[in-house]
Amino acid sequence: MDDITVLKLKGISKTFHGVRANSDVDFTLKKGEIHALLGENGAGKSTLMNIISGLLQPDKGEIFIHGKRQKIQNPRRAIQLGIGMIHQHFMIVPGFTSLENIILGSEPIKGVTIDFQQARRQIAILSDDCGLSIDPDAVTEDLPVGIQQRVEIFKALYRNAGILILDEPTAVLIPQETDTLFKILRKLVKKNISIIFITHKLQEVMQIADSISVMQQGVIKGVFSPEETDEQALAELMIGREVLLKNDYLPARPGKIVFEVKKLTVMNSRGYEAVSDVSFRVREREIVGIAGVQGNGQAELSESIAGLRKIKSGEITLSGRRMPALNPRKMIENGLAHIPEDRLKHGLVLPFSIADNQILCTYYRRPYVHFFGRNPKAILKNSRKLINRFHIKARGPEEAVQNLSGGNQQKVIISREFSRDSSFLIANQPTRGLDVGSVEYVHKQLIMLRDKGLGVLLISSELDEILSLSDTILVIYRGRVCSIVRKEDATMESIGRIMVRGFE
Amino acid sequence: MIATIRSFIIPVGSVIFASLIGGIVLFLSGSDPIEAYAALLKGAFGSMTSITRTLVKATPLMMNGLAVAFAFKAGLFNIGTQGQFIFGAFAASVAGFFIQGVPPVFHIFLALIAGGIAGGVYGAFQGALKAYSGAHEVITGIMCNYIAINITDYLVNHPFRDTSPGNIVARTPLILETSYLPDIEGIPGGFLISLLSAVLVWWVLKHMVLGFEINTVGAGPDAARYSGMRVQRILLITMLISGTLAGLGGALEIQGVEHRFQPGFHTGLGFEGITIALLGRVHPFGIIPASVLIGAMKAGANMMQFSAGVESEIIDIIQALLLFFVTAEVFFKKMIPGMRWQKGEKLSLRAGWGGKV
Ligand SMILES: Nc1ncnc2c1ncn2[C@@H]1O[C@H](COP(=O)(O)OP(=O)(O)OP(=O)(O)O)[C@@H](O)[C@H]1O
Ligand SMILES: [Mg+2]
Repeated sequence: MDDITVLKLKGISKTFHGVRANSDVDFTLKKGEIHALLGENGAGKSTLMNIISGLLQPDKGEIFIHGKRQKIQNPRRAIQLGIGMIHQHFMIVPGFTSLENIILGSEPIKGVTIDFQQARRQIAILSDDCGLSIDPDAVTEDLPVGIQQRVEIFKALYRNAGILILDEPTAVLIPQETDTLFKILRKLVKKNISIIFITHKLQEVMQIADSISVMQQGVIKGVFSPEETDEQALAELMIGREVLLKNDYLPARPGKIVFEVKKLTVMNSRGYEAVSDVSFRVREREIVGIAGVQGNGQAELSESIAGLRKIKSGEITLSGRRMPALNPRKMIENGLAHIPEDRLKHGLVLPFSIADNQILCTYYRRPYVHFFGRNPKAILKNSRKLINRFHIKARGPEEAVQNLSGGNQQKVIISREFSRDSSFLIANQPTRGLDVGSVEYVHKQLIMLRDKGLGVLLISSELDEILSLSDTILVIYRGRVCSIVRKEDATMESIGRIMVRGFE
Repeated sequence: MIATIRSFIIPVGSVIFASLIGGIVLFLSGSDPIEAYAALLKGAFGSMTSITRTLVKATPLMMNGLAVAFAFKAGLFNIGTQGQFIFGAFAASVAGFFIQGVPPVFHIFLALIAGGIAGGVYGAFQGALKAYSGAHEVITGIMCNYIAINITDYLVNHPFRDTSPGNIVARTPLILETSYLPDIEGIPGGFLISLLSAVLVWWVLKHMVLGFEINTVGAGPDAARYSGMRVQRILLITMLISGTLAGLGGALEIQGVEHRFQPGFHTGLGFEGITIALLGRVHPFGIIPASVLIGAMKAGANMMQFSAGVESEIIDIIQALLLFFVTAEVFFKKMIPGMRWQKGEKLSLRAGWGGKV
């Protein structure tokens, strides 16, 4: 690693209507290093990165690129300066091929047409250079998330990015994909590309980072090298209190069956069978975990159970009653709570206030309605209570959810679904994007809800999470349940193997 | 607070820019813009009668503006207000001359209800097409507008034609005076009813459960489904209410102004609802001043023509410019400091219009 500074921030401050997202931030990125940026939800990480990539303007402060002071008015300027950002929500056109997505916005031109030959050659060269392969003709939306992300990285490299910013890139990846990503990043670093890497997963930081900056409430609390610190210390610095990173929970005492699916078959949006002949049951006071590589039918499974997707055949029984398909209201009224996988699409109405999002499923019931219509007092009261209980960082219940940080948006959904009267909960990637402190809290709450009588279906690509919380583990592979393991018999290795090939 | 100020900037800015450019056009066509605008103002607000005229002109604009805005909230572009307005007007005129021997106040309401129902049913029909067959409401709306025009043309030519001796044009008979809308303290009754409608629309959207459902369907259709809302039914109800507002607008026009249905009386009124809705920022309380403003331009146009010698078409130009500026938000974001793009803000098309009240 050279000691050349490629990016330097000095005294960056940014306030949103009185909320200090960044205050007086200094930050240095060296050539060819991987610099991890850590911090609790709402600490100001994404804000800082958006400032570097020209999406936001700082209120105060200076940015130096290769020692020269620069003003980054817009994303185009950032690209010119060699800054590429990969957002947590990918910015790709789903129906385009990888090639089209990569060159989009900076297409090589021949006359009045796009020179695809030239583009292909350039991509091949890049591919060789960095050792990452990609099928230029695959339609992006059909690709696994890990590969879509690679398209994004390619896109930045194609624009000659020397500084690559990745905002929570591993949140959506399974461990194998994460390993691949890390290999890619290592190679890029060797090519003198510098990387800023945001994550909430501390072991990743220890594994890949050359330096670590910790942010808290808009301030950088310190810069470390991985040798001089450890996960526990980082967590405490971030959250400001001791955090239990690993927990052993008391085993469940399951009661009677609350939920059952029999021979469920579901098609995906493109008409292929995504869930095939799946049967399982969930009891009261029990957490059933579904382990599996993302895209093996989990989304279709949870959507069909929640009444959001047609089922081809099979039966769903909740609280002893057979449920009709495609009737979310009926499911909810029979005791379903659901943390959906796609929080921006299903879980939240982004322009609405926190308070309105927290009553999204109960808005028509007392106390949220009274004789004159909606009852704003009760709605706000509920919201204040939940904001406190779940430590949601916001100015107040009337703040629009779109202004919250990613992790706090997730907390809004969790607060709603955990606080509702229910007997069965589908938790699909419940802790995605949450900081370690919040993960700990959500896990404890899940166990508490379980012990109060709830049946939980936990879907997660975090094997750790599945293993530490579930009482029974189902492994799903290509839409089929390939294995049912009791908690006592499960090991990381055996489950991991079934996840990727369908058998031990 | 800042948001409130920001939401004023665009409509007010649009009015200013449109008038400035209108002034330039006036100047280029050889008139004195100051004189022309002065005449316009005088024609619109110069006397009690001119104020009344302004309010009369504002009435159908407000109703159609409310209709368009209401549908916007659910993410629907109700371009069919024109047809709903026409059917409402027709139904009210039929009720106006057909029903006889009822006390005046009662007759007024019967005719209004007839107009509202006709527009509402027609709107609901378009809503049903959208909700249950997925047909795009803009396409069906345009077609339904033609259907409404042609059906009413036929009806006034044949079954409902005014057969009084000496009449040679296609029109319905005059409605009975018992169904005329009175002025109250010099303010046209129709205008009062449209004000009341604006308050009602605001109340429904802001305080009623239905309003929350409509807003949710507009701002996050997938989240609406997830939360158990019956999205199709909500779309249908939205179009029912939107159509009712437009139809009621038609009834007000007949009972307050025209007193009979004659093809063509309504030219473009339904479409102007779109301008009004956008100028009023899709908020009922923005739509009130927006419709009074456009109403004033229409009311003052004659005076401008007579005393300043300006073609009244200049009003159409200004109105078109207005529509251009209110929709060209990007223009203002570039022009006015502090209105720059913020994180997460997208070029607002339909979803952007349908923001919450
Ligand atoms: N457009 C905005 N308007 C108002 N407040 C905002 C806006 N964007 C961010 N904020 C606030 O700034 C703070 C920092 O947000 P930021 O998204 O940078 O957090 P983060 O560190 O990325 O958190 P997370 O780990 O949850 O993604 C939060 O309190 C958030 O509510
Ligand atoms: Mg973030």
